[in-house]
Amino acid sequence: MDDLKQTALHGLHRELGGKMVPFAGYDMPVQFPLGVMGEHLHTREKAGLFDVSHMGQILLHPKSGDLNDAMRALETLVPVSIAALAQGRQRYGVFTNDAGGISDDLMIANRGDHLFLVVNAACKGADEAHLRAHLSDICEITAIADRALLALQGPMAEDALTTLVPDVRAMRFMDVLTVDTVFGEVWISRSGYSGEDGFEVSVPNAAAVEFARAMLAVDGVAPIGLGARDSLRLEAGLCLYGSDLDESTSPIEGNIAWAIQKVRRAGGERAGGFPGADRILDELKNSPARLRVGLLPEGRAPMRAGTQIFADAASGDAIGHVTSGAFGPSIGAPMSMGYVATAYSATGTALWGEVRGKRQPVMVADMPFRATTYKR
Amino acid sequence: MKFTEEHEWLRVEDGLIVVGITAHASEQLGDVVFIELPDEGTEVVKDDEVVVIESVKAASDILAPLDGEIVEVNTPLADDPGKVNEDPMGDAWFFKMKIEDMSVLDDLMDEAAYQKFIG
Repeated sequence: MDDLKQTALHGLHRELGGKMVPFAGYDMPVQFPLGVMGEHLHTREKAGLFDVSHMGQILLHPKSGDLNDAMRALETLVPVSIAALAQGRQRYGVFTNDAGGISDDLMIANRGDHLFLVVNAACKGADEAHLRAHLSDICEITAIADRALLALQGPMAEDALTTLVPDVRAMRFMDVLTVDTVFGEVWISRSGYSGEDGFEVSVPNAAAVEFARAMLAVDGVAPIGLGARDSLRLEAGLCLYGSDLDESTSPIEGNIAWAIQKVRRAGGERAGGFPGADRILDELKNSPARLRVGLLPEGRAPMRAGTQIFADAASGDAIGHVTSGAFGPSIGAPMSMGYVATAYSATGTALWGEVRGKRQPVMVADMPFRATTYKR
Repeated sequence: MKFTEEHEWLRVEDGLIVVGITAHASEQLGDVVFIELPDEGTEVVKDDEVVVIESVKAASDILAPLDGEIVEVNTPLADDPGKVNEDPMGDAWFFKMKIEDMSVLDDLMDEAAYQKFIG
């Protein structure tokens, strides 16, 4: 196991009783003594602190000094409007490939004189290489190695973080802020991946444990592992890259067309011009062959990733499959997301999922499964 | 009480064998969210898959510890699977079975041997 990487909080996780597992090349806590279910419910009721330092943090500085140059350059890799991203704001995006699939999903923030990207742990090396291959002429590309990333999520997150950084109270969902603190310069976004109001905080590695301890010292804040992070994001209808989105899935199939602003679509001022634009713009116009949908199984049996979905109780070929599935602690029922042929994707469509050789009823459902509580 | 290497416990009660999983097993599984129990009257052979148990982590099969007939099932458990974490050795029994030859129990581990097994 000594080839696994460790985050700056590794020692603290062990001290807090974290059960460590390999994840994307890192030794990460899957749960703490509270357990996956308890941690999930704690985050929804109070506040949870997550170590997401394994994710990639990348800076793009325009060599010209004009941020517009970096924005236009990044638009050649993502189907998202970056040029319209206001200073101090963040938005969700995807890197697309030439086949119109998704090579990663990411957050993109405008921090005044540069862009800040947060990418998935498993993809960060490839993302950095991709950026260097295409944007090096225009941007200085910096992969951050000396900062931790922590997420504080839940209804008590604002009060908890305010004790250390009073300025965060004024932030809205997807705002970003740079603040000098006793922990050094911290980069804060009001976002996360739990469906709850909350923050992600980039803090220098040297101060990460001290910052985490200060957060955990606030009444109501508990450490949360990757297990609960997964059930929280699934209840919130959020995709896990590598499971729900991948190299072969287009953003339209992935039902994240909302992330492609009008200006990048056919007829828009900056239409196309990103990898795979032909397929993606065609699917926007003519609808794709399959779509990512929410699925609510009847009964209590979870339909996990790989479960085949059928239109019929007995015969026929599968019309789709589950990509993520688990029990939703806050909804008190199993929940899944997956891909079905577009003809079967309408909310309320009655389908069947094959669990242990038996077909069980499952219904196409709107996501999120539990309403999000973002502070807009 | 007797124990199997599959982390089941067996208790003799009114001439029947009551079967559940050990506290150690329930801890390893994590929070249990779903249980599928067999039908009463099912004839089973040792190592048949008789119970499906799903935790927040994964699905596991519980195997029949002995040959026999399932004569009673803890039906309320299906609506309250979390009980397996709260009281695995008591209220959260899975089923009761009737076996022909009680002497087969002698081949199973006693508590001391099981503790050593999971040691």
